[in-house]
Amino acid sequence: MIELRGVHKAFGANQVLRGVDLVVPRGESMVVIGGSGTGKSVALKCILGLVHPDAGTILVDGQDVTGTDRESFLARFGMLFQGGALFDSLSVWQNVAFRLQRGAQRRSPVQAREIAVEKLRRVGLKPEVADLYPAELSGGMQKRVGLARAIADDPEIIFFDEPTTGLDPIMAGVINELIREIVVEMGATAMTITHDMTSVRAIADNVAMLHDGVIKWTGPVARMDASGDPYLDQFIHGRAEGPIEAVR
Amino acid sequence: MLTGLVGGIGRSTLALLAGLGRGVLFLFRTIAAIFSLPFYIREFGHAVLTIGYFSLPVVGLTALFTGAALALQIFAGGSRFQAEAVVPSIVAIGMTRELGPVLGGLMVAARVASSIAAEIGTMKVTEQIDALVTLSTDPMRYLTAPRVLAATLTVPVLVAVGDSIGIFGGYLVGTGRLGFNTAAYLQNTVDFLETWDILSGLVKGAVFGFLVALVGCYYGMNSGRGAQGVGRATKSAVVSASVLILASNYMLTELFFTG
Ligand SMILES: Nc1ncnc2c1ncn2[C@@H]1O[C@H](COP(=O)(O)OP(=O)(O)OP(=O)(O)O)[C@@H](O)[C@H]1O
Ligand SMILES: [Mg+2]
Repeated sequence: MIELRGVHKAFGANQVLRGVDLVVPRGESMVVIGGSGTGKSVALKCILGLVHPDAGTILVDGQDVTGTDRESFLARFGMLFQGGALFDSLSVWQNVAFRLQRGAQRRSPVQAREIAVEKLRRVGLKPEVADLYPAELSGGMQKRVGLARAIADDPEIIFFDEPTTGLDPIMAGVINELIREIVVEMGATAMTITHDMTSVRAIADNVAMLHDGVIKWTGPVARMDASGDPYLDQFIHGRAEGPIEAVR
Repeated sequence: MLTGLVGGIGRSTLALLAGLGRGVLFLFRTIAAIFSLPFYIREFGHAVLTIGYFSLPVVGLTALFTGAALALQIFAGGSRFQAEAVVPSIVAIGMTRELGPVLGGLMVAARVASSIAAEIGTMKVTEQIDALVTLSTDPMRYLTAPRVLAATLTVPVLVAVGDSIGIFGGYLVGTGRLGFNTAAYLQNTVDFLETWDILSGLVKGAVFGFLVALVGCYYGMNSGRGAQGVGRATKSAVVSASVLILASNYMLTELFFTG
């Protein structure tokens, strides 16, 4: 279970998070939506400890994340970065197998490669891609390699920052299904950021909407349409008019 | 007016001290990373190749021309008091003690500090450093330690090669243009050169190599956002590395050759 309590974060004068409270139950899929630049990526990075909150606490399974041993803490996580963040000096399979090849439970190169190729297949990439370099891939392919890397070591907790952005509708469907599978079959806890409402419905158990630095609405995906919340309504229907200003 | 001036000086002094503090902290973290496991041998090998091996041509050429020019100058200067005969020994001492390490260090600063800062800076702005952390890999151990260690060990080798090529450049000019006898030139070089001349230059090389890679990594890791941030990091790395080389060269020379 992941729990955020009153998390604040500012960059200089830019107040991004102003007291985020959110609970993600174990083994469930939480989707975070919200306008561009509202701090969704920053919130994920706060949980991972890549960004240090100015105030508030973040608990994972009841333990404060700042107090734990970083390596073993992060070993439970997988993260797909919004920009992919692939290592461009390493080939695709070495990227995917990065964690598999180091640490206490390191696999042999042959084994690591096998797992990498299998994970690539699951995100819809052919084995031939394994030996290419990230710079030789299209944007959507890079995204999927990033996804394969995030799930390579079967983490307990997985964060996906816009997993379907830049993918064609069919591939987006494949990825949505994959994320659902990971949660249902492997019992992982997932937090996904997306702007794609089809994805939200396909992936989410629960939805949270971030706006103005706080969680404006959160609840099960089934209650999303009848929430009566004007912010959420405007967002899910993509209306230009409403309480959320178009220029931010 | 005056308070504004004082305030400005105060602020920039504080900023300088804060920067110095961060730099020293980074230095300690680097040393800790070098002396702790895991050691990334592949990264180290790659760094030795890019920092050491691929710098050979530029360091060699610099040394060759410097040695040659040095021979001409010393000949011209020496002839004012009939001391042309000192050319071989002064070329050798000048190259090994001073010009080999300093010019070699500066060339490595231009080549290596910039490329390290640009590479790590790009990794920083494209979130690759964050990705490393989430994959339970310490960027200081994975990126900084191998590069700094590789530079510290390979730059002395580069300096040694540069010394030899520089002396050879002096020899070419001395025997070809200034009328020195080949055997006498070599004899003269060997007779007056002491082990410490060479050794002190190699120690300087190690210090310069350490500084170059350290500064490159520091600016890369602290790169600002976007292409502009990387550009600025690269520029600052080269400038700082060069200044640090010249300043530390003076201090090392003071340490080695006075008192
Ligand atoms: N490292 C940083 N330094 C300074 N400002 C930052 C940094 N990271 C994020 N920000 C700022 O924080 C705000 C939120 O950024 P964030 O990336 O979390 O947005 P987001 O909700 O993920 O948006 P999008 O949907 O477009 O990805 C932005 O205004 C951004 O400029
Ligand atoms: Mg984002």
